[in-house]
Amino acid sequence: MIDFVWLPLDNWIVAIGVVTAMACALPGCFLLLRGQAMLGDAIAHAVLPGIALGYLFFGTTEPLLMLASAAAVGLLTAFLVQVLHRVGGVEEGAAMGVVFTSLFALGLVLIRRVADDVHLDAEHVIFGAIELAPAFTVSVGFIEVPRALLVAAVMLLVNVLFIALFFKELRLCIFDPSFAQTAGWRPGVVHYTLIALTASTMVAAFEAVGSILVLAMLIVPGASARLLTNRLLPMLLVSLVVAAVCAVVGHLSAITLPQLAGFEDASSSGMIAAISGVVFLGVLLLAPVNGLLPRGVHRFREAVSIVSEDVLGALYRVRELTGDPGAGVDRQHLAGLLGGGPVLALALRRLLGTRRIRREGAVYLLTDRGERAARRLVRRHRLWETWLVEELGLRPDHVHSTAERLEHVTSPEMARSLSLATHGRATDPHDKEIPAMGNGGEDTDTREDLGR
Amino acid sequence: MTGPTLAELLSLHSYNTRVVLTGTALLGLASGVVGTFLLLRRRALLSDALSHATLPGVVLAFLLLAALGGDARALPLLLLGAAVTGVLGMLAVTLLGRYTRLKEDTALAIVLSTFFGFGIALLSIAQQVTNVSAAGLNDFIYGKAASMLLADAWLIAGAAALTLICVSLLFKEFRLLCFDSGYTGAVGFPVLGLDLLLMALVVLVTVIGLQTVGLILIVSLLIIPPAAARFWTDRLPVMTIAGGAIGMASTVTGSLFSATFERLPGGAMIVLAAAVLFLVSFFFGTRRGLMMKLHRQWASARQVTLQNLLRDAWEWRETSGNAAFTLGQLHPYRSLSRVKLARAARRARRRGLIREESSGSYTFTREGERLAARMVRSHRLWELYLITHADIAPSHVDRDADAIEHILDPALLDRLEGVLREAARLPEIPSPHRLATEGEGGPKEEER
Repeated sequence: MIDFVWLPLDNWIVAIGVVTAMACALPGCFLLLRGQAMLGDAIAHAVLPGIALGYLFFGTTEPLLMLASAAAVGLLTAFLVQVLHRVGGVEEGAAMGVVFTSLFALGLVLIRRVADDVHLDAEHVIFGAIELAPAFTVSVGFIEVPRALLVAAVMLLVNVLFIALFFKELRLCIFDPSFAQTAGWRPGVVHYTLIALTASTMVAAFEAVGSILVLAMLIVPGASARLLTNRLLPMLLVSLVVAAVCAVVGHLSAITLPQLAGFEDASSSGMIAAISGVVFLGVLLLAPVNGLLPRGVHRFREAVSIVSEDVLGALYRVRELTGDPGAGVDRQHLAGLLGGGPVLALALRRLLGTRRIRREGAVYLLTDRGERAARRLVRRHRLWETWLVEELGLRPDHVHSTAERLEHVTSPEMARSLSLATHGRATDPHDKEIPAMGNGGEDTDTREDLGR
Repeated sequence: MTGPTLAELLSLHSYNTRVVLTGTALLGLASGVVGTFLLLRRRALLSDALSHATLPGVVLAFLLLAALGGDARALPLLLLGAAVTGVLGMLAVTLLGRYTRLKEDTALAIVLSTFFGFGIALLSIAQQVTNVSAAGLNDFIYGKAASMLLADAWLIAGAAALTLICVSLLFKEFRLLCFDSGYTGAVGFPVLGLDLLLMALVVLVTVIGLQTVGLILIVSLLIIPPAAARFWTDRLPVMTIAGGAIGMASTVTGSLFSATFERLPGGAMIVLAAAVLFLVSFFFGTRRGLMMKLHRQWASARQVTLQNLLRDAWEWRETSGNAAFTLGQLHPYRSLSRVKLARAARRARRRGLIREESSGSYTFTREGERLAARMVRSHRLWELYLITHADIAPSHVDRDADAIEHILDPALLDRLEGVLREAARLPEIPSPHRLATEGEGGPKEEER
């Protein structure tokens, strides 16, 4: 039902989107690492008067001129924020808010009053019109390329060169400005150079995506990359890939998704920003180590393994209390002790599968194998209790919950040392027997024994 | 100029003007008041993410209503949509800041740009809707104060009333929250609940103000007036009222201007008015304004020069044995121009610290001698302290002591004296100790 039409025009649109996004992603990474992502937002708003004033004074929308005047206003923004913050004592976020809204308002008024004609309307600058960008071409050698593509490619090149040349300095000044200062670098200069570069890159991107959506291209690829790696160079490279992917998928979605609801194409620049958000969300959930999903799975598995051990402990204690080797516990009872739900269900399944427990009717019983593991666990619990009371002088009725947690993370070496430290006592502070590990096999269990 | 003249507007003749001015004034008041707490809670930029995140909500509500055949321009429903996605955006910022390793400003930037992008994409779809015109949706982005209807004004009035009631009832709680949220929790106030209520008020003001100022600029109404008010006062009640007043003044001035002159967008003019008020406060604010700070610095520099003059005169008397001194004799002591020295001497004479015996020759008055003794005492005590306890060579302590002698208070001097006496340093060096207790029965007692 999706009518997929791909015109030569779309090639250009995607090319412009990809190059622009990549050009933006690079300075964005550094802004983000400096904790100044919102300065990007401030500059994105504030270049509006820069463009308007440039047009007002020079009467053209010549790209180079626009870049220069916007870069100047970008620098001015960063500088004014610092002045308000340092001299006026205004909190930095608020200072940004004051500066960029004022400048943006000034830009709106200027454009309405002075330059209200073909080339400069506020909407174009704010929303961007990537669909129209291929229409304005310049000839390079013997081929015609869209002007926006050329400008973005130049900015990408400049950014890559700048980062390649000053990689060490940038890294130093971003991660440890005070050290950089004492080592004789000039973090301030690096900072303002970066701001100027960011501002010009953003202006270069306006034609394609508009001033506010450019923020998505600036920050989102870097933020996604940040979740995927801890190293600067890989982060930069990953951010380039993410940027390209967002641009391609964004445009594709813009020309296909609205058809599902029976509409024509949606705004590509808007869609690219929205898709960036989706990509970011995907990375946030699925990132191999730090993703929310892998982290959740890891935690769940930990929980299952702890509950498995607790089941063994509970079965052992029941047997000890009743003195009946055939005593078992039913599921309802276990759920009351350890909390029910899928964690308990999985733990029981695992214990049954590894033959540590068996099932007779409704009750669960320890097998011989399971008993060994259970003894080990209970031994550790009681060793800890003894040690906590004897050595740390805690009250006997206060140590149970601590021992309950420590028993799961005690290595064989630790258990041996505990046993030595408590002088091989046979009973714990509550006069319960500390189970011995027979035939000299003192705590020599392996992870396999505990069923992990 | 085809609009009404300023005089016509100010006389509030036109019904429309009355509505617009009342509505915008109330909006400015409410946002200034709420913004005060937002600013002090250091969450000013959160409102920026919030306001941008309202766009997809507005457009989604419009699309839904259009699809269901309802009145797609029913303002309350559009605003409800705005509030829903706005809150979602704020929630996303909070969660990202808390559960990932990204900094909060990154979270703000991500939410702001992607939500807004989604809104723009939806907007381009909404413009294809045929049965209802989506033209009005643009007003949510740039604002259109002039087209305010009576119903809109009532909506704003209701929201403003609610805001003011909440703030005045919970003033104490909000104050605690802004200045010491940890303590607020410790004494049993629900910090999370208060924060949520504050944010709810921010959402309310933002959503209500969307149509008037536009979503890009509404944040300025929340930030600029309180930031300006901060320059005038250190007291929260005053700041709250001043924030509201400045907000009101900005909205009223801005709408008047945009109504009087053609081609001045109302929202932007309101922000520019606020910016001008901010600049005025920045320079002339009586509490933290730039002029005030400079004046304070200048006054303290003058004070320091005066005190230096007195100490120099004392030391001149000590070394030469002459009770009288001339400015020429004091001049070599410091790198101070003769003009400034003469000015300082004039000030000292006016304050009755020194008197002119014959032309060009001065002696201390009783008051001046006492003050000079105190300066010399604090200078030498500090020198001694540096020598004894900081192991600094005697030849190096003079400058350090010079810098600090002007700000040592009597209680600290007493402690210095106690410490030095304990270290058995004081009696051995007669000069400072004798100076300290000499004259008028010891400055120590008198200063208490």
